[in-house]
Amino acid sequence: MSTLSAVLRSTLAKDLRMEWRSKDAINSMLFFALLVVVIFSFSFSPTAEESRQIAGGLIWVAFLFAAVVALNQTWARELRNQVLDAYRVSPAPANSLFLAKAIGNFIFVGVLEVLMAPLFVVFYNLRPVGPAWQLGLVGALATWALVVNGTFFAAMSIRTRSREVMLPLILFPISIPALLAMVESTTAILTGDASPVFWINLLAVYDVVFTTACLLLFETVLNAE
Amino acid sequence: MSRYELLNEKTNPADIAFDSAGAPDPGHATYATPAITLDSVTRHFGRFAALRGVSANFSSGRLYTVLGDNGAGKSTLLRIIAGLLQPTRGRVEVLGTTNLKSVRPWIGYMGHASLLYDELDAMENLRYFAGLYGILGNDGLCARAMTTVGLEPALKRRVGQYSQGMRQRLSLARAVLHDPKLLLLDEPFSNVDVASAHEMVRLLGAMRDNGKTVFLVTHQPSLLEGTADEFIHMTAGRIDQRDTRDRSGDPQTGMDPRPRTEARR
Amino acid sequence: MRTKLTILGLIALALLSYGLYQALVAAPTEQTMGDVQRIFYYHVPSAWTAFLLFFCNFIASAIYLLNRSQRSDAFALATAEVGVVFCTVVLVTGPIWAKPVWGIWWTWDARLTTTLILWLIYVSYLMLRRYSSGGQTPVLAAALAIFGFIDVPIVYFSIRYFRTQHPQPVIAGAEGSGIDPLMMKALMINWLAFIVFGAIVVWLRYKLERARQQVEEAHALREEQSLEQPRVDKPAVDARAS
Repeated sequence: MSTLSAVLRSTLAKDLRMEWRSKDAINSMLFFALLVVVIFSFSFSPTAEESRQIAGGLIWVAFLFAAVVALNQTWARELRNQVLDAYRVSPAPANSLFLAKAIGNFIFVGVLEVLMAPLFVVFYNLRPVGPAWQLGLVGALATWALVVNGTFFAAMSIRTRSREVMLPLILFPISIPALLAMVESTTAILTGDASPVFWINLLAVYDVVFTTACLLLFETVLNAE
Repeated sequence: MSRYELLNEKTNPADIAFDSAGAPDPGHATYATPAITLDSVTRHFGRFAALRGVSANFSSGRLYTVLGDNGAGKSTLLRIIAGLLQPTRGRVEVLGTTNLKSVRPWIGYMGHASLLYDELDAMENLRYFAGLYGILGNDGLCARAMTTVGLEPALKRRVGQYSQGMRQRLSLARAVLHDPKLLLLDEPFSNVDVASAHEMVRLLGAMRDNGKTVFLVTHQPSLLEGTADEFIHMTAGRIDQRDTRDRSGDPQTGMDPRPRTEARR
Repeated sequence: MRTKLTILGLIALALLSYGLYQALVAAPTEQTMGDVQRIFYYHVPSAWTAFLLFFCNFIASAIYLLNRSQRSDAFALATAEVGVVFCTVVLVTGPIWAKPVWGIWWTWDARLTTTLILWLIYVSYLMLRRYSSGGQTPVLAAALAIFGFIDVPIVYFSIRYFRTQHPQPVIAGAEGSGIDPLMMKALMINWLAFIVFGAIVVWLRYKLERARQQVEEAHALREEQSLEQPRVDKPAVDARAS
């Protein structure tokens, strides 16, 4: 019957297929991130040493703004033609929908990060002083931190009067500790000045706490009407 | 044999009989239990009272048509029965239980909107929704659901490019795909051409003859003359009239639980 | 109800006055900062009161999700609003204190930064309440409130560690360092006064919200019960049970 994982897989597959066809989210995200990077490059003209200090912050701000685009898009799809009603009326578990959306968003933002990273290296002449593999770990934990709360809050905000605008308003304040952690750890790895361990641990804790909270409360929020 | 294996053997969703031997029963719903029981169901939206203490029973195996002006509360009632909306007050019992979540596998719902993904084609849509009900890898069932509503399964066009009539028919296919016992349809014939609409009515009548309960809202009652068992009029959040039709011409005998098998031609 | 409120009001007035005396006169002058430091007796209790109110908001939101009681929702709204006000006091008194003492308006000091983030979180809560449509508002807001509150310890630890990495001038010296007993007395009295005052404002706001809820219900109920008689021009068919 409708198990959590079966529905999760089919929903994720459907979302990836739809995104592959329209490429709505990916294109908007990429362009947005690129704009942010270019504007920042004009605003600050850092020396090589300064670059490494500020790049961490700039990268994550760019990814954060771009992620918001994806987060809104993936739920907007479910509101067209009231398709979400068809899901709610079926026996499929609510958390399958949540996880499918969150994992889908994780993939989209992940792809964005992989595509944009070379660009940052070029614009800011980056070369990590610390161990580079840690950047991968930070990237994964940080992306999940943004995406797990982002998916949950997007599901809430897209049904309000201000729709897409509401998401950054409610997502950003709560994400501040995670943002601090991702920026600090990235800077620590790039400059080699400090250990990113505490920040990586903080991201891990943030991820666990909020994934749990999302899974516990999503069904309630989905059925709020 | 599981319910879904049973489904595989049928050629036409309308022919799938209510077979309690193979079907896992929702527990206590039998022919004698009403399909829907409403007890003082009220729903407020802020200051607006959309439903005002609606109390009624609807027996199973019948085709009910709900009529009324805009704002009478028809869609609200349908959504509450489907479990999409909670009543402000009152009790709703569907297929013998007040735990509406448990009977979801047996309910088919059609809304005002198409409830379909515009970016996918018909089979992809149906496959996805079948999966939500645990029906996996059964393209045959999806294809047959499409042919039943008069659509060509091989159609690769995205649903977003369909005409409204085609979209409505596909939405109906989606609603009946998983062999529900209770069909809740909100204006299924809107913008559908007359021929297709008559086909849909015929299909719904056949499903009713096979023991399903059909509960639909429409603005075109003439389509249902001769097929519907009862017309229900709603005004301002209340049911103010129920017209029972006896289609066989025999005197009304009230709540006859046996499915009618006479051909309606 | 009126008399209880009056009594509480008088108590608050008394405590605030006494607290004022304590803060401005009775407490000893701080060695390094001088009289400017006395803002501490308003800065710190405001922060503690705001936190207490946000905790109440968290409990009320959790209770709402469990039993959907309108009262919990009203209480959650009231505590959030008053909490944001007290947060604002902290954020305003902080720079007022910092400027004369250190010559800068703002530092990313632990308390100030945590308060700022708290302020942002609860203002976003109030925005969600304002911009969501009727039926959903209490549920969505309650979910956001719970997320916001469980974030608080994470915020606190992250800011604290951040400060050890990037040391900043500390605005409120009371962190961990010993405090003169007379100063402690002034601090506590003011805190008590703020709690009582805060309770009064929360109570009034709660009553206001309850009244609004009841007006809505009354409207809907009246509409529901109008047209009670069946319409005369329709044939007399049984409109209720079948």
